[in-house]
Amino acid sequence: MEPLLNVQKLTMDFGGIRAIDRLDVQVHAGQIVALIGPNGAGKTTFFNCITGIYKPTAGHILLQPPGKKQKRLNGLKPNKVTEQGLARTFQNIRLFPNMTVLENVMIGMHCRTNAKIFGAIFRNPQTRKEEQYIVDHSYSILKKVRLQTFANEYAKNLPYGAQRRLEIARALATDPFMLLLDEPAAGMNPQETLELDNLITQIRDEGLAILLIEHDMKLVMSISDYIFVVDYGKKIAEGTPEEIAQNPAVIKAYLGEDVEHA
Amino acid sequence: MLPLKDIRNGLMVAGWFVFLTFPLMVIKVNPVEKTIVWRWPNMLYVAAGSFIAYLYVKLAQKNKKAAILVACWTAYLALPLIRYFMYQDISILIWDTTTSIYAAVGAFHMILTLCLFHKHHILRKILSGIWLLFIGTPVVMLLAQAAGKILLPKIPAALHFLTPFIITIEHIQFWNWIRILWVALACYLLYSSLQTYLASKRNIMPDHLTNEPKIRWSQYLYKRPVYLPLLTFCSTFFLLFPHLFSTYQVNIMISALMYVVLGLGLNIVVGVAGLLDLGYVAFYAVGAYSYALLNMHFDLGFWVVLPIGGILGAFFGILLGIPVLRLRGDYLAIVTLGFGEIIRLVLENWNDFSQGPSGISNIDRPPLPGVDLSLEGSIVYMYYLTIVMVIFTIFVVNRLQDSRIGRAWFALREDEIACQAMGIDKMKTKLTAFALGATWAGMVGVLFAAKTTFVNPASFTFLESAIILCIVVLGGMGSIVGVIISALVLILMPEYLRAFSDYRMLVFGAVLVIMMVFKPRGLISSVRRTYTINDETL
Amino acid sequence: MVPGIVAFTGKFFPHSFTLLRNVADIMDFFEPDYFIELLFSGLTKGAIYALIALGYTMVYGIIGLINFAHGEIYMIGAFTALIVSTVLSIYGFPLLAIFILAAVAAVVWASAYGYTIERLAYRPLRNAPRLSPLISAIGMSIFLQNYVLLAQTSDFQPFPALVPDFAFMEPVAHIVGSTDLVILVVSVIVMILLTVMIKFTRTGKAMRATAQDKKMALLVGINVDNVISITFITGSALAAIGGLLIASHVGQINFYIGFIAGIKAFTAAVLGGIGSIPGAVLGSFILGLTESFATGYVSSDYEDVFAFSLLVLILIFRPAGLLGKSTIEKV
Ligand SMILES: Nc1ncnc2c1ncn2[C@@H]1O[C@H](COP(=O)(O)OP(=O)(O)O)[C@@H](O)[C@H]1O
Ligand SMILES: [Mg+2]
Repeated sequence: MEPLLNVQKLTMDFGGIRAIDRLDVQVHAGQIVALIGPNGAGKTTFFNCITGIYKPTAGHILLQPPGKKQKRLNGLKPNKVTEQGLARTFQNIRLFPNMTVLENVMIGMHCRTNAKIFGAIFRNPQTRKEEQYIVDHSYSILKKVRLQTFANEYAKNLPYGAQRRLEIARALATDPFMLLLDEPAAGMNPQETLELDNLITQIRDEGLAILLIEHDMKLVMSISDYIFVVDYGKKIAEGTPEEIAQNPAVIKAYLGEDVEHA
Repeated sequence: MLPLKDIRNGLMVAGWFVFLTFPLMVIKVNPVEKTIVWRWPNMLYVAAGSFIAYLYVKLAQKNKKAAILVACWTAYLALPLIRYFMYQDISILIWDTTTSIYAAVGAFHMILTLCLFHKHHILRKILSGIWLLFIGTPVVMLLAQAAGKILLPKIPAALHFLTPFIITIEHIQFWNWIRILWVALACYLLYSSLQTYLASKRNIMPDHLTNEPKIRWSQYLYKRPVYLPLLTFCSTFFLLFPHLFSTYQVNIMISALMYVVLGLGLNIVVGVAGLLDLGYVAFYAVGAYSYALLNMHFDLGFWVVLPIGGILGAFFGILLGIPVLRLRGDYLAIVTLGFGEIIRLVLENWNDFSQGPSGISNIDRPPLPGVDLSLEGSIVYMYYLTIVMVIFTIFVVNRLQDSRIGRAWFALREDEIACQAMGIDKMKTKLTAFALGATWAGMVGVLFAAKTTFVNPASFTFLESAIILCIVVLGGMGSIVGVIISALVLILMPEYLRAFSDYRMLVFGAVLVIMMVFKPRGLISSVRRTYTINDETL
Repeated sequence: MVPGIVAFTGKFFPHSFTLLRNVADIMDFFEPDYFIELLFSGLTKGAIYALIALGYTMVYGIIGLINFAHGEIYMIGAFTALIVSTVLSIYGFPLLAIFILAAVAAVVWASAYGYTIERLAYRPLRNAPRLSPLISAIGMSIFLQNYVLLAQTSDFQPFPALVPDFAFMEPVAHIVGSTDLVILVVSVIVMILLTVMIKFTRTGKAMRATAQDKKMALLVGINVDNVISITFITGSALAAIGGLLIASHVGQINFYIGFIAGIKAFTAAVLGGIGSIPGAVLGSFILGLTESFATGYVSSDYEDVFAFSLLVLILIFRPAGLLGKSTIEKV
């Protein structure tokens, strides 16, 4: 079967530094795929290339939205990529701090709604209906990530773990078929991580594919269907969690050269 | 009190400023006649000013509330002094029976409110209502005076017990409302001072005072029941304004209201969408000149050109916006500044088109169909037109802010990259904000040309943009109420304190710096809308 | 270069579509004296722009702020020089002493203003959103303009000629004035000193380190606050020298000269690539020369429009400038 996301030979240079080097990654429907590697390996850069925030130097990013024609994402603006059905979260949280939690999610629905200036000024029935739909739907997404009690709170006042969940909620509001999560468990305590684990599998079970960057190996090993390992921008291994756990190259990358000699 | 260390540092700061300002403030030379004037008193002013300012900042850092009170008291006490020095008017300082009664009621109320009842106690709420009336009395009286002028020839005898508050000049009676306001304010300041003092002596305070939840007064303004009465007061006041004051003052108020609209327009661009536009005045000029030129060449009337001015403004906004809006924020600021200057310089130099620096005169005032207006009448008409414009603008801006587009603007100000990742088209969203702001500038430009019946490039300098920016920054980025208040204060104050109008731009510059350093979100920060959702499971 | 500019101005302002105003102008075009005169006046302008532009570029390089008040520093430098030189000449000092003392005073006070502005208006905003310090800088600029206006006067003040007419310049005096020569020599010396300072001294190294990465600089023990202060002081000193030189060249000053000069120097800095020191110098000379030739051969009505249009066009089409590097914002 054709993968939903098929990245071929992706390369990204910053001046003289090659942050990603001919990376191939595939994500299939209904999978949770993890992208792991040491800090500075180029994982976040990979996300930025796919979502149009950086322009990759070379390579192909091919997206296969379900029931539609295949689309090449290279050169698309970030908002166009999101419109194709690819949503993401950020490693260093990028919420809209001075807007309410509910509004943050409502922003996510921007690209799926279309009230214009005249609608906003005259508030015709159609606009009002759309607005009501935005509020209701956003609220139901908030319930899914269990933030409904904070709906009218400013986003900056949320605790850290809740902010990460709000990022996921906001991404879900763009109605994607694939979700890119950049270190969603960073800074969470074990209890919160466990809840996150459940949330991610729940989202997968609802039919979304998930590409996940994560450092928490327990989380990665327990929920991933497939894992890619990158180091210095290159893919050094791929496979199921069991295969990766035994791969000597991965162990070397994570624990350093000394392991061999020890 | 302030520790000795602060005083010592204050002296050092004062010394530094004396040194810094020495050549410019103290020496004044005349290079032609080769004379020098030494202005030593200036040195003293600088030293004292910087010393006090330093101590004040220190105080503000330690105890914000006390600092605010000090500022209020200073302003309060300065007012009669200013009036005295400017007009030799000491009427508000005279203390007599009615004034004393008035003050006593205030003081009594103050003590009751403060000491007896819990915040949510019903009596306290009632007392607050009375308090509002008390403060509002001058305004009521003012309105009564207006009504009296229209309906009754004289103030009714039943109200004559208030005579100390009435000035009689040759059988015409005026309410001395400034004096009433002055006394009421004294009560309020005393009340606040006492409360702050008690708060600092935490242990002798009744429990309910220490546990009061903190409410920002901006929130207070939006959500509390003062909102409605206040709104009624203000709208009545503005509706009756031309009947209360002279033509001269109506004229000033018209320009202030135009700045309100300009401020609200720029607020969309700077405050809401976060695009620093330093060339806003260019669109204002486009509107003004489009009316001037279309009126001169084609004899088009005000009502035809008003929308044309708006559309031309938007057109120029889009024309400039398309190439410029992808630039980073600070570059955007400079490019818009450059654009504003280009427009002005072109108007100044392109004589065939714009008649150069001498400008275009004899522009038609807006006609009222079927009525032949006198000069005074047309000013009053202009006033109401501007009021309509203000209301229209508030209506539109308010609705936009809570709409899909408005949310996108706010989000764009908060974080551009996250915004794009959420599927918002950055360019399109910015462009709508930019063009919409320009539309308003264009329309006010038309209004301006119609009001002054004369336009020339000198009205559209960078300083004009800076004033409008100052209004937005002072009022609170994105806050409608804040922008209205700050526009009125910033434009009316220099008009009424003529002696200080030379210092206007100096103060505006200082306001920009001080606001950024101490209160970057403005005097009244915007409050986001909340939604109520019927959720049974909650 | 000239035909390009002519075509450009012509396109924008068709009514002034006079390529070269008359036959005499065409003759002038081939007149080597006129050409050299324009060349020198362009170089002089460029040198002054460079002295101001360096301050913009250094501050931008180190804290990423467009120091809007920088033009005002230049103006204050010129005013201080005016006051000091008038006082000294009334007390009968010799011209050379006046020149040197006025320069020292201008540098000292302008630096003091630069330092104070940074402390008051920018330092508290180091971690604020990007637009806050910019608005603060605009406020500072307006404040200083009006401060000088109120403390001194709004009229143009005649500025004494501080540079005597050198005897050895006599044969070429109708083309190149002595002041032009002094401006060029002084500014070249100053620029060399600046380069040496930034390349070789400890402070210069600390500056470069801070410009690259403030956090790392802090970690290796550089006092970032001091480095930033020194940057402002250096930039202000350069602007003050520029102010003194141009004032004695033009012969009059008022409170508003800083605004236009500031914008033009900023244009030059952006043209060269803001943040880059050689870029600022290069951009300044290009701007000075084009302005000089454009006004000399085309028309002087639109001198300022030209500079502003250039600024807008560069920012739109090549925001990184000639020598600047475009970087990708890290997400
Ligand atoms: N905008 C950028 N400019 C220059 N270098 C960058 C940029 N973004 C990322 N890099 C570099 O690319 C490399 C990979 O970074 P990143 O993708 O953030 O790693 P990871 O997310 O795997 O920890 C790092 O060396 C980083 O410094
Ligand atoms: Mg990362």
